[in-house]
Amino acid sequence: MIRVSEIWKSYGKTDALRGISFSVNRGEIFGLIGPDGAGKTTLFHILTTLMLADRGHAEVAGHDVVEDFREIRRCVGYMPGRFSLYQDLTVRENLELFASVFGTDVQSNYGLIEEIYRQIEPFNNRLAAKLSGGMKQKLALCCALIHAPEVLFLDEPTTGVDPTSRKEFWQMLRRLKEKGITILVSTPYMDEATLCDRIALIQKGNILQTDTPAQMVRSFGHPLFAISSVRRYDLLLAAREYPEILRCYSFGETHHLLFRGTPCPDIFKQAMRMSGFDDIEISPVDPTIEDCFIQLTSL
Amino acid sequence: MKQFLAFVKKEFFHILRDPRTMLILLAMPVVQILLFGFALSTDVQNVRVAILTPKTTVDVNRIAFCLGQTSHFDFWGYLHTETDADSLLRNGLADAVLAFNGAPTPQHPFGKEVCIILNGADPNTASMQNTYIAQMIQNTLLRMQEEKGESRPKVQAGIRLLYNPQMKSSYNFVPGIMGMIMILICAMMTSVAIVREKETGTMEILLVSPMKPLVIMVAKMVPYFLLACVNLATILLLARYVLDIPIAGSLFWIIAISLIYILLALAFGLLISTLVETQVAAMLISAIVLMMPIILLSGMIFPRESMPSILQYVSNIIPTTWYISAMRKLMIQGVDISAVIKELCILSGTLATILFAAVHKFKIRLE
Repeated sequence: MIRVSEIWKSYGKTDALRGISFSVNRGEIFGLIGPDGAGKTTLFHILTTLMLADRGHAEVAGHDVVEDFREIRRCVGYMPGRFSLYQDLTVRENLELFASVFGTDVQSNYGLIEEIYRQIEPFNNRLAAKLSGGMKQKLALCCALIHAPEVLFLDEPTTGVDPTSRKEFWQMLRRLKEKGITILVSTPYMDEATLCDRIALIQKGNILQTDTPAQMVRSFGHPLFAISSVRRYDLLLAAREYPEILRCYSFGETHHLLFRGTPCPDIFKQAMRMSGFDDIEISPVDPTIEDCFIQLTSL
Repeated sequence: MKQFLAFVKKEFFHILRDPRTMLILLAMPVVQILLFGFALSTDVQNVRVAILTPKTTVDVNRIAFCLGQTSHFDFWGYLHTETDADSLLRNGLADAVLAFNGAPTPQHPFGKEVCIILNGADPNTASMQNTYIAQMIQNTLLRMQEEKGESRPKVQAGIRLLYNPQMKSSYNFVPGIMGMIMILICAMMTSVAIVREKETGTMEILLVSPMKPLVIMVAKMVPYFLLACVNLATILLLARYVLDIPIAGSLFWIIAISLIYILLALAFGLLISTLVETQVAAMLISAIVLMMPIILLSGMIFPRESMPSILQYVSNIIPTTWYISAMRKLMIQGVDISAVIKELCILSGTLATILFAAVHKFKIRLE
């Protein structure tokens, strides 16, 4: 549904995208995972025909992003990272306006948005500026869906949204996928990666790896351990000093640990006890997408 | 078409829901017309004149009486020393002193020399007052000669002011204000409104839609076009019925040329919006690149004829100059359309050029 090959884009001397290639199949949720400044928004702009790439080709729904930009603008839905609806129009007015802009009306594709829209319907006459963050995001999604697009582009839709709303949002995406919409979504949150069908890890304009989340975690290839102690920061420094340790980094409440050769957690634990970390705990853990990302970026 | 109408409707919501802006847009022309028409007029009214004379004769009295007669002057009183005259002007108690030097004789009823002392700090007003006072003395002298049975000088220059016999400055300002308001509303407000969509990110969504970008722009201009028309009507009505300016020429052509000018201003707004990314920049460009030259160089306030020649050339490339010229000819002089063909052609030509440039510069993408 989306084919990207060797896309390059630079702003002055800074390369935003350095030869990006991937493809998204029809009806899947494809996640573009990477930190701020990785080039996600630039890629979205190129795919939604808002920008021209310096080099490379891209196709969306079978249309070239440069030649057939009009066709693409007809059949995709785009929700930018920043809330970009009219703040001085009401919920209903925004929805009706975008329906008209796409040459349709609210009724035609009501089935598609019904579930989401029903949650904001009580606020029909409220100005968009006065909605809460989660509500704004639901309205923006409704507006992006009103013309039943084939492909939906969501640029960091969950940034700045509370955890409950984020969870709801992903449930909504799954249901949209069931209705046959292809979704390209970007996010800086690694924990959302597992909710996608396939993901691409992106950093500094390069795609590090593209795979299903499960396969990506499986290909991590190293036994991973979590260590913890009351003196968290001292433990991190001490572990990094230890010769057998390949890598040690903070991960939530604990630190994740990789051994250079064959893992020897017991010996390590002993050594740390000797260094004064009496309360050290060490246990094997399953790698996550974030571990994969750190692994790939520190190669 | 449905797209277009929905968009125009939305644009009206934007304006209507911002009552402060709307108030400014609708009230500004009224306030400006009234201000320029009444308060800021350069008409000579109630100039306080004192007379400095060594001796108060009948003839001098007669001058004083004449001063008190018209609404142009107020007679302040007699003075007898230069020092008095000086302190009077310095303290701002009088605007002008009429000084008669030397003892009056039958041949020279006002002494050897008549001198008008004015406050040169405001040269425009001073020169107007000078003209009026000199004219008044001249008339009085002529009448006195006639009464004594002396013949008038054989050749005498008479003055007849056509079109504006009372020399009202509002005749001059009204076309100027029209030229300014249209630029302000059409160019500045539209460019700011279009750039606002870029700044808030809504332009991103609109571009990724089947709506043609140019249609979006035109739809954005419609409300401002209508506002400008409302203002045009307001100004013409105020000029006619409040300031008593006769609309001498064809109303049809006044409106036709104004509409061309409004479209020109809209095209300017569109062009500015394609060049800048922020509302502040759009505002600054409109204010500095458009408004300043219009106010200073278009002949709205300062006569073009007294500008250095280089500024006259600059003045020639400002469309407002030609609009004001056309409006003066049509409204005040009441000439036929054939007399403003040149202005009409220049305005239409500029409209086409600016519109072409704006459409050419128009971006269908973000960059």
